[in-house]
Amino acid sequence: MNLNFLDFEQPIAELEAKIDELRRVGDSAEINIQDEIARLCEKSKALTQELFSNLSPWQISQLSRHPLRPYTLDYLERAFTDFEELHGDRAFRDDPAIVGGVARLDGQPVMVIGQQKGRDTKEKIRRNFGMPQPEGYRKALRLMKTAERFRLPILTFIDTPGAYPGVGAEERGQSEAIARNLFVMAELRTPILCTVIGEGGSGGALAIGVGDHLMLLQYSTYSVISPEGCASILWKNADKAPVAAEAMGITSGRLKELGLIDQVISEPLGGAHRDPDVMAERLKQALVENLDRLRKINVDDLVKQRYERLMSYGRHAE
Amino acid sequence: MSWFEKLMPSRIRTDGTGKGAVPEGLWIKCPKCNAILFRAEQDRNMDVCPKCEHHMRMDARRRLDSFLDAGERQEIGSDLEPNDVLKFKDSKKYKDRISQAQKATQEKDALVAVRGSLKGMPLVAVAFEFRFMGGSMGAVVGERFVQAADLCLKEGIPLVCFSASGGARMQEALFSLMQMAKTSAALARLADKGVPFISIMTDPTMGGVSASLAMLGDVNIAEPGALIGFAGPRVIEQTVREKLPEGFQRSEFLLEHGAVDMIVDRRELRDRVASLLAMFGHRPPV
Repeated sequence: MNLNFLDFEQPIAELEAKIDELRRVGDSAEINIQDEIARLCEKSKALTQELFSNLSPWQISQLSRHPLRPYTLDYLERAFTDFEELHGDRAFRDDPAIVGGVARLDGQPVMVIGQQKGRDTKEKIRRNFGMPQPEGYRKALRLMKTAERFRLPILTFIDTPGAYPGVGAEERGQSEAIARNLFVMAELRTPILCTVIGEGGSGGALAIGVGDHLMLLQYSTYSVISPEGCASILWKNADKAPVAAEAMGITSGRLKELGLIDQVISEPLGGAHRDPDVMAERLKQALVENLDRLRKINVDDLVKQRYERLMSYGRHAE
Repeated sequence: MSWFEKLMPSRIRTDGTGKGAVPEGLWIKCPKCNAILFRAEQDRNMDVCPKCEHHMRMDARRRLDSFLDAGERQEIGSDLEPNDVLKFKDSKKYKDRISQAQKATQEKDALVAVRGSLKGMPLVAVAFEFRFMGGSMGAVVGERFVQAADLCLKEGIPLVCFSASGGARMQEALFSLMQMAKTSAALARLADKGVPFISIMTDPTMGGVSASLAMLGDVNIAEPGALIGFAGPRVIEQTVREKLPEGFQRSEFLLEHGAVDMIVDRRELRDRVASLLAMFGHRPPV
C-alpha cells in the first residue's frame, strides 16, 4: 500500500504503481510499451477525475491534512522572493509552529505569517504538528504590528489542527493570546488577506484569520472543531467523524455557499500535493489580484468594511 | 430530587427537568462540601456556601438581578432567536435542542443583556445562561453581545459581562467560530473610545468564549474557584498524557499566572466593580 495515497485513492495508487513498473522495464523492451504507458496514464487521470468529482467532506478533510500537502514554507519558496524570517515574541520564545517574516510578492514587500507543520518526524515534533502555543500567536501579533507600522499588507496562511492544548499553553494564556489577536486584527490599519491552505482548526486558525478577504484552497477545510472532536462530543464516538464533517459544512464549496468565505482557489487534479508548483502559481495569482484591489481602498474605509463584515456574521431574521 | 419525590410514581411528579432548573425543596446541598443548606438563606447569600465559600453556578437573570440596582431595566436584543441555518443534526436535531433549552430556561438563547444601573451609575450588564446549551456562543449570543456593546458605545456607559460558557456552539459550526471575531471587534471599538469593559469570569469560562470576549476586559475578574481556560482539562490530559496539577485552570491559578487582575467574592462584586468603574469614569468625556 502506498502511503502517499489516501484510502479512497487506492485504485489510483494501483494504476500508478503499474505505470511505474512499466516505465522501469520500458527501456529494455522493444514492444509498444510507450503506448501502453500513455494509455494507463490516461486511465489514471480519468479515474482521478472521477474520484475527485464527488468527494465527501470527510475525504476532503483527509486531503486537507495529507502528509504531502504543501505547507506555508513551500509556498513562500515558490510564490515569494527575498523572504526574511523574523523570529520570537520578545517575551518567552520562538514558536516554530508559526513562521513569519517579510518577503516580496511580485516585487511588492509584504508581511507573511503562517502556521507551519513538519514534514519528517523530527520536524513534525519541533513544529508541534502545526499547533501554536501562545508565544506563536504573540509573535504573529508582533509581526502584524510591524507590518502596520511600515504599511505592509499582511498575508496569512492558515494550516493548523488547532491551538495547542497543553499545560504550558494554559499557563501562558492561550485564551488571551488568541483573543488579543482577534481584537487587534479587527482594526489593523493595513490590508489583511487570509488563506486557509490546509486545516483551518478552530480558534487556533481564527487567531491569524481575521481580515479583509478570506480564501480557501479547494480541498482545505475550516471549522469550529475537528470532525473527530465534534463526533466524540456530540455523538460520543470519534468514529462518527465522517458524519460530523458532513453536518458541520467544513468544505470550501459549502462555506462559500453559506457566505462565510469569499473565494475558493481551485487545486490541481488530485490535490495541491500532486503539483505544488501549479498550486503556488494559482495562489500567487489570487493573492496579487486581491492585494491590488485592497491596496486601492482608503485605509479608513478598509477598516470600516472589515468591521461591517465581521458584524454581518450570523445575522439573521428576528 | 428529594427522597419523597423519588417515592412518588413518575406520572404525578412535577416536572423538574433540566438540572437544577427549579428550586425543588427547602434544602439544597453544597456540591463541594455537601453541607445541607437552607434554600431561602442561600438566596440571600447569593448561592455562596456559608460553610466552604464555594460559589455555585447562578442563572443569568438572578445574576443580573443581584448585581444591578433595583429599578428600571431595559433588555437588549430580546427579540433575537436562534436560527438553524445548517439544519444540524447529531444524535438529536439542533432545533429540538433549542426548544428544549428554551423550555427549561425560559430564555431564547444563552446570553441575557440588560441596560440598568449599578449604584446609580448607568451601565449595560450581560450574563451567560449556562443552563442554555452550556452557555455556548452562537449567532444570537454574538449579536446580543454586540448590540449591548453598541449601546455602551452610543451612550458612553460601561459594559460588564458575566461569562459562564463551554465555548463556541458546535451546532452552528463556523458561524459560531466567527462570533469570536465579531465580539472581539466590538470590544476593540469600545477600547478606542475609552468605554470601560469589565469581564467577570464565572464557573466555567472555556474555549471560544474565554479565547475572545472574556479575556479582553480592561479589568479581568474571576470568581473564586472558577474553571477558566482554553482547552478543557480532559482534552489536555489526553494530549499530554499526564495527570494535571491540583487547581489547574482554576481562578487562583489564573491569578498566579497573570491572566486575571483579581479574584472577587460574589457578595462583594457590586462594591468592587462600582468602585473600579467610578475611577475609570474620571476621564474627560469622549
